[in-house]
Amino acid sequence: MSGLNVTDLRVVRGTREILRDIDLAVQPGEICALMGASGAGKSTVLRSVAALQAFDGGTIDVGGFTLHPGPVPRQSRLKELRSRVGMVFQAHSLFEHLTALDNVTLAPVHALGWTRAKAKDVAMKLLEELGVAHRATAYPRELSGGEAQRVAIARALAPDPMLLLMDEPTSALDPARRGALGDTLGELTRGGGRGMLISTHDVDFARSACDRVVILSQGVLVEEGPAREVLANPRHPATRELLQHRDDSPAA
Amino acid sequence: MPVRAMMRRTFLPRGPAILAATAIALLTLCVRASAQSAAKPELRWGGDAEGGAPFVEADPADPSKVRGFDVEIAEMIARGLGREPRFIQVAWASIEQSVERGDFDVGMSGLEDRPELRARHSVSIPYYEFHEVLAVRPADRGRYRKLSDLAGRRVATLGATMAYQMLLDEQGRSGLVPISYDDDVHPYSDLVAGRVDAVLLDNIIAERSLRRMGGSGFIIQPEAAATGHYVAVFSRANAALRDSANEILRARMRDGSLEQTFRRWGVWSPAQGAYFQRVLSAAAQSPEHEAQTAAVPGAGERSLRTYLPALLRAAVITLVLSCLAMALAVSVGIAVAAGRVYGPPVVRAVLTVYVEVMRGTPVLLQLFVIYYGLSGVIRLPAFAAAVIGLGLNYGAYESEIYRAALQAIPRSQLEAGRTLGLSEWQILRLVRGPQALRLALAPMTNDFVALLKDSSLVSVITVVELTKQTAIYATNVGSWVVPGILCSALYLAFSLPLSRFARRLEQKWSAA
Repeated sequence: MSGLNVTDLRVVRGTREILRDIDLAVQPGEICALMGASGAGKSTVLRSVAALQAFDGGTIDVGGFTLHPGPVPRQSRLKELRSRVGMVFQAHSLFEHLTALDNVTLAPVHALGWTRAKAKDVAMKLLEELGVAHRATAYPRELSGGEAQRVAIARALAPDPMLLLMDEPTSALDPARRGALGDTLGELTRGGGRGMLISTHDVDFARSACDRVVILSQGVLVEEGPAREVLANPRHPATRELLQHRDDSPAA
Repeated sequence: MPVRAMMRRTFLPRGPAILAATAIALLTLCVRASAQSAAKPELRWGGDAEGGAPFVEADPADPSKVRGFDVEIAEMIARGLGREPRFIQVAWASIEQSVERGDFDVGMSGLEDRPELRARHSVSIPYYEFHEVLAVRPADRGRYRKLSDLAGRRVATLGATMAYQMLLDEQGRSGLVPISYDDDVHPYSDLVAGRVDAVLLDNIIAERSLRRMGGSGFIIQPEAAATGHYVAVFSRANAALRDSANEILRARMRDGSLEQTFRRWGVWSPAQGAYFQRVLSAAAQSPEHEAQTAAVPGAGERSLRTYLPALLRAAVITLVLSCLAMALAVSVGIAVAAGRVYGPPVVRAVLTVYVEVMRGTPVLLQLFVIYYGLSGVIRLPAFAAAVIGLGLNYGAYESEIYRAALQAIPRSQLEAGRTLGLSEWQILRLVRGPQALRLALAPMTNDFVALLKDSSLVSVITVVELTKQTAIYATNVGSWVVPGILCSALYLAFSLPLSRFARRLEQKWSAA
């Protein structure tokens, strides 16, 4: 099995069902947008796939590594998953005490055991592709929001994961940068056969940068299909609502 | 002429007793103050009830009262003057300065007669003759008869006393190692335990300790190493009161009531009677006024030359001790903080108890427990006990700083580490720890400066560090001005660069 396959995912907090019967797949080379209003469950899906939180039903499979319901397994049992899934957090979460370059090389050196020289080569190449190589020696607090995000993407991609998760990547970017981010992500995916699952409010970004879109509403998957089609021709009320409110969404 | 130091007699059977004795003293003051009627004028006399019997001790039957031969002599003087005696508790080492300040009219508590005392204050005729005697373990009876037999051996006494000065002089001659204590009980218990090889102290104290131990454990060598006298001290301006007191003391020597008092406290001997005769006949020939105004020329300069090297050595001890204790505190702090943040509930509970006990009890008490309390189980050298005591105590404070700093690192930083495949240990070591350390730096520096100052507490377990050495110096020159300035300068020389260094490090990191 390749890519991401989520089957019947269910997450309960107390008496509330946060996610119910979610079936979701991301193929290699595909960029999938995960859309929905705030509280629809987008972040919960990403955090479950990244094994940052427990889920209560269904399975999550990444390239043959399967997560089951119950507590999050120990970090030492998640090595395979960790090498296959990268994540870019909404607030980038770069390590504040390390330079941009050291942020990118930390995991390859310490988790994967690469030599420093190799890690640095790979990191510089990634930073170059992402257009932030000139900021390699800067500390996170010295970077602009856009630069920090690109460094965070480089950090997540350094171990060469087959799936990249991104949480609201456009929320801190101005419109011009959003377009540029879409282009960059396209290049990063299509070459290497890597899949991406991106949670977003941003209809324009989803339309221009993503192949497919999945709409969540109150913990349920209500609509999915090719991004242009679904967003041009919404069938579910929740999708229509998203399109209507795009102007006053936080991303706008 | 050796510089004779003031003798400090502090009776400390164990840590909590200090607190109890202080409480008793306070109570005494309150009760006396309220019960005192204005009928008779008072004679305020200062002494230290921590010195214990036979000098001054709290009365076991009524702890609001004191008893002892010094108490009875004070009463004799008061009665002779037609006054009501009123006891004022004062720390032994402060008696001279307190009497000069006017806190009370006369100070008594087994004060040693010495030229410096006479140069600075009005001093009574000596009312008791004592001997410095050597106590050794029974097996060493034949081996250590005199101080000169103890080359290279550890010999204990009270700090800042005539006996201590004798040991320092002998150190220069034969390489004997003087060990100074803050009380007169532990030198003997440490002698029995083998921590020291001999104790040099007044015969009264030696005999008292031997009685307390049931007459075994050590023996007192019959040959006295030196002879000294106890006196009462008055302020320099109060020579008239001193002269009246001398008249009363002589009268009590003549009529035998002083002898009765000393007999009551078990410290009378025929030699004492002969001594009284000498005092009485000498008084008939020459009045004491003349001898007493003779100043000691150049005492200040000589003291500075003598004590500066000792002060610098003590400063090095303070610094080394503080650095080692801080290193231990940081290690303990990191381990405890990590255990409290990452450990299972049982570990967390145990560590919480540790932290609360260490922070909730006085470090002084902890030092006593480690050095004396545990001596039956493990006999730590004083310096090691000091490092461990301060290190364990400060470790509890450090752990709270680190715990707060660890918890201040946002969860998303840890999650980023997890998604990158770092192990929990690597996340702590590479992500959480380094960031927490930066947050902890300023409070850590404050703690180190505090530790530098708190290191003065270890003098209670015989480590002579900067403050203790300064106190010895100050008692000798009779002033805190020069010693105080030198001592402060040395502490500041340590703490100021440290604060500067920390500020620069912080600036560097916050710029990053």
